[in-house]
Amino acid sequence: MMDDLLTNVDWGEIGGASWDTLVMVGASLFFSVLFGLPLGVLLFLTGKRQLLEQPVAYAVLSFVVNVLRSVPFIILLIVMIPFTVMLIGTSLGVAGAIPPLVAGGAPFFARLVETSLREVDRGIIEATQAMGATVRQVIFGALLPEAMPGIIAGITVTAITLVSYAAMSGVIGGGGLGDLAIRFGYQRFQTDVMVITVALLVIFVQILQMVGDRLVLYFSRR
Amino acid sequence: MIEFDQVHKAYEVEGRAIPALQPTSLAIENGEVFGIVGHSGAGKSTLVRLINLLERPSGGRIVIDDEDVTGYDSDDLRNFRRKVGMIFQHFNLLSSKTVEDNIAFPMKLAGIYSRDEIRTRVAELLERVGLTHHARKFPSQLSGGQKQRVGIARALACRPTILLCDEATSALDPQTTQSVLRLLGDLNRELKLTIVLITHEMDVVRRVCDRVAVMDAGEVVEMGPVTDVFLHPKHPTTRDFVFESEHVDEQEMQANFEQAEGRILRLTFRGESTYKPLLGSVARETGVDFSILSGRIDRIKDTPYGQLTLSLVGGDLQAAQAALEAADVHVEVVR
Repeated sequence: MMDDLLTNVDWGEIGGASWDTLVMVGASLFFSVLFGLPLGVLLFLTGKRQLLEQPVAYAVLSFVVNVLRSVPFIILLIVMIPFTVMLIGTSLGVAGAIPPLVAGGAPFFARLVETSLREVDRGIIEATQAMGATVRQVIFGALLPEAMPGIIAGITVTAITLVSYAAMSGVIGGGGLGDLAIRFGYQRFQTDVMVITVALLVIFVQILQMVGDRLVLYFSRR
Repeated sequence: MIEFDQVHKAYEVEGRAIPALQPTSLAIENGEVFGIVGHSGAGKSTLVRLINLLERPSGGRIVIDDEDVTGYDSDDLRNFRRKVGMIFQHFNLLSSKTVEDNIAFPMKLAGIYSRDEIRTRVAELLERVGLTHHARKFPSQLSGGQKQRVGIARALACRPTILLCDEATSALDPQTTQSVLRLLGDLNRELKLTIVLITHEMDVVRRVCDRVAVMDAGEVVEMGPVTDVFLHPKHPTTRDFVFESEHVDEQEMQANFEQAEGRILRLTFRGESTYKPLLGSVARETGVDFSILSGRIDRIKDTPYGQLTLSLVGGDLQAAQAALEAADVHVEVVR
């Protein structure tokens, strides 16, 4: 009966597309955290009344982050094409989707990191300084561990955002579930394919959120 | 010894200098408990943060154990800060670390202690503050008093010679306050620790401090041994603090005095004389009658004291006053 309803569904194709989405989200999340975390820490430190207050540096960083965040992702996908080709030789497929995903994800995550660092009680920073800590020690010994629940929640939100961004990358031939939904579900009116891909994306997001919440709880000692 | 030589501090807010501490000179002896009392915004927080240079002075010199610390650069500063422990009103413990890791934290930051040294020292400190059974807990699982004990243990980890207390008991209930103050007093005696304590509660000063500075609007307005400042406050701010801590309403007291007849004297007994049956014998010998308008018998740190306001009628007033003075009682004529 299932097969009657889902006549157009090629499960092999669905499996491959799911895997592609997983790879795109996983890789772009990794690089978003890799670039976004230091960027967020830097944003925090150079901010007003913070450890390394640096108004000019803050203004520049903040501007770049805002620009990347205000460009609609669909536009970012297209604008990034020449850069992506330069970087990895192609703008197509799973690999071609990763640079624009990171360009969208890293600044987003950086802001979330900055916000969670600001939530850390100033008194804790002061106490750590009073113990004779260097700026480095304040960051790695106190700030990051204290902000960990917020940062993990930020990673979860970023991952979920990347799932929807990755789906969008189907527009420029990025591969994955989004690509499948657009090519078959939308362009060929195969509603069953559309339903399956969307359902898979929902499940994927649910799992991410659940795992993220668990981790946040584990790291929260308040 | 902590010496301030014309130290002042102003904050720059939108291009304008807002003074937080007027030029101040003072000296805090090694091993004493020095209290700084004042209302919020009086500059006491700034003063105590200048000692470990969490705030940089705008001018003047800060000399600690004969060394000018004002010019310390980052390396000297970090080494110096290890010799100065600090505890806070809101404890400022790391919520992500266990009790033992919080206490070990300053030692780890110092980077000069072996793992064994740290473990031994942490166990010793846990024992000293009575938290051995809570070593593996997180701060959120502790009561306020326990958190402050962790704070104290952490502040002592690198064996400092100075302990700064920033409103350390203000967030605690009266009973817990008492036990934390007792702990501070014991540490002061056992370790010859110099304690600088800021508070807005005169009662805290009365219980543990040897000397006190009263601050108002960025200025030290009165300074001296706690017994002197407490029993004979001069500056209006000091009087406010003392009356407030004794739950005395100055106006009400004045109204009482107006109804009383005869001469009004305020007698202050200190130490031994507090317990002598003096009033009866003086009254018998000089023929004066007295009634007590107000009175209080208490302790300032280890010194018992009594302060009585009497109205005296009949008999030989001069002789009575002289007899009291001869018995080491401080006599102040109110009216």
